[in-house]
Amino acid sequence: MRIGLPPASKRQKPRFAHNMDEELYKENILDHYRHPRNFGKPETYDVREKSSNPLCGDELTLYLAFDGETVSGARFEGDGCAISIAAGSMLTEKIKGKDIGELKLMTPGDIYTMLGIKISHTREKCALLAYATLINILAVR
Amino acid sequence: MRYLKKSMNISEKIKNDFPFFEKTGVAYLDSAATSQTPQVVLDAMEAYYTIFRANVHRGLYGLSAEATERFEGARETIAQFIGASKEEIIFTGSATMSSNLLTYALENTLELREGDEILLSAMEHHSSIVPLQELAQRKKLKLVYIPLAEGFALDYKEAKRLITPRTKIVAVMRASNVLGTINDVRAISQTARKNGAIMIVDATSAAGHAPLSVKDLDCDYLYFSGHKMCGPTGIGVLYGRRDFLEKLYPGFFGGGMIDRVTREKSSWREVPGRFEAGTPPIAEAIGLAAAAEYINEIGFPAIREQIEDVFSYARETLSRIPNVSIYARTDARENAGILSFTIKGVHPHDAAEILSRENVAIRAGHHCAEPLLSELGETALCRASFYFYNTRGDADRLAAGIKKAKATLRA
Repeated sequence: MRIGLPPASKRQKPRFAHNMDEELYKENILDHYRHPRNFGKPETYDVREKSSNPLCGDELTLYLAFDGETVSGARFEGDGCAISIAAGSMLTEKIKGKDIGELKLMTPGDIYTMLGIKISHTREKCALLAYATLINILAVR
Repeated sequence: MRYLKKSMNISEKIKNDFPFFEKTGVAYLDSAATSQTPQVVLDAMEAYYTIFRANVHRGLYGLSAEATERFEGARETIAQFIGASKEEIIFTGSATMSSNLLTYALENTLELREGDEILLSAMEHHSSIVPLQELAQRKKLKLVYIPLAEGFALDYKEAKRLITPRTKIVAVMRASNVLGTINDVRAISQTARKNGAIMIVDATSAAGHAPLSVKDLDCDYLYFSGHKMCGPTGIGVLYGRRDFLEKLYPGFFGGGMIDRVTREKSSWREVPGRFEAGTPPIAEAIGLAAAAEYINEIGFPAIREQIEDVFSYARETLSRIPNVSIYARTDARENAGILSFTIKGVHPHDAAEILSRENVAIRAGHHCAEPLLSELGETALCRASFYFYNTRGDADRLAAGIKKAKATLRA
């Protein structure tokens, strides 16, 4: 028995493209990317945290205001790809009004669910940039 | 020999020399990250692994002698490829390893004093910047940068002004891996020499893409990797001027680089062996030499003609697409085949992803040159890089992909 690759003529052409969901740039992702909610530095805030993804150059700053243990304001600004900006936009909508205990229970899985698209390995950091920034804030509260 | 001989008109046929293209059908525009491998290089390495594999400089049997001869023959080929002599060529693991080895060796050799300066170009790659930053921190040296002038070139006037007797090391890359600009290194090295500074050239983006001569560049040290010039990964080259290498203290220590070892101390082999501690990348050196011979066979006139033609065509095609900004000089003769660009409303990461669905491979990000990107005022760029196996057809696929990306993101 011959072990190894079949001859080139019988081999399937490898799929060059990453394992990507064709629906990556879905309507709601594009909407949040082109018109991000809660975008821009707020006049007042209690905490400011900046994160970056050095691989692709994405930068994101998250501004949170607290009322006791509850997030009373969440805004962000930055420069990034459609996925990281959409994730920032959706996250700031989601966390407003939540208390710190609830936020600490959030997982990366919640972010993927929120985005509603399949995230490939190469886009994980983009999808989780805003979330990672939030985690950094929560770690010291 | 499967490859085309001295053709002045490289066409789609050259792709037949590379198994990769037949297997994937990709419009591969990322040779500045790593190039593809021609069959002749694979064959040369397979011959080592299947016919004469043995360690070099050690065994006293026929096979080891053959492996040693081929390995040393590779050194001779690479020396000729850059206009150096055999004793001036050190094989390393990569361009980055070359840069680190050189930095350590210089630290062990030069008398560096607090306040001495290292001058780098604003275009340098992290592999050049970071080892020198570390050296500067250890020795309390000052890092000084040659800024960019108009039109994505270095400011040569400023470079000459910045080189003073305090300057001990000058590092300028031959071609930028982001802008593609081929720098006039000679214009800077002569001023460096007058001031007694060591001149280091990172030739990684230029090697195999434009003729390379250490004499013409008038440099003291030069390094590049094998995998961006049709060679295998895992090999780099460090060139050092013979009289400098004789005085250079080794950077790495161990077997292979010693003359005698006692319990207390050791003495070193002759140059360049004293800089090659451990078993060297033997198959890779043989593969790299095959790559250099393949490139010589096609010839730089034909290679440059093809790169310049496709670069100019792509530059013009992209500049006609609305909201595309280009970061490259206009004259293709001053470019190593690299075309960086941005698309308004489409982040580079999204552009690369959408292009990859169209089977077009480009790179997006800071390209290991963050200080350059901050000088350009950008956090990320798209980069398409063209080698002699790329065609105008590849550039058309790039342009079509960019239009698709704009449509997808409604930019």
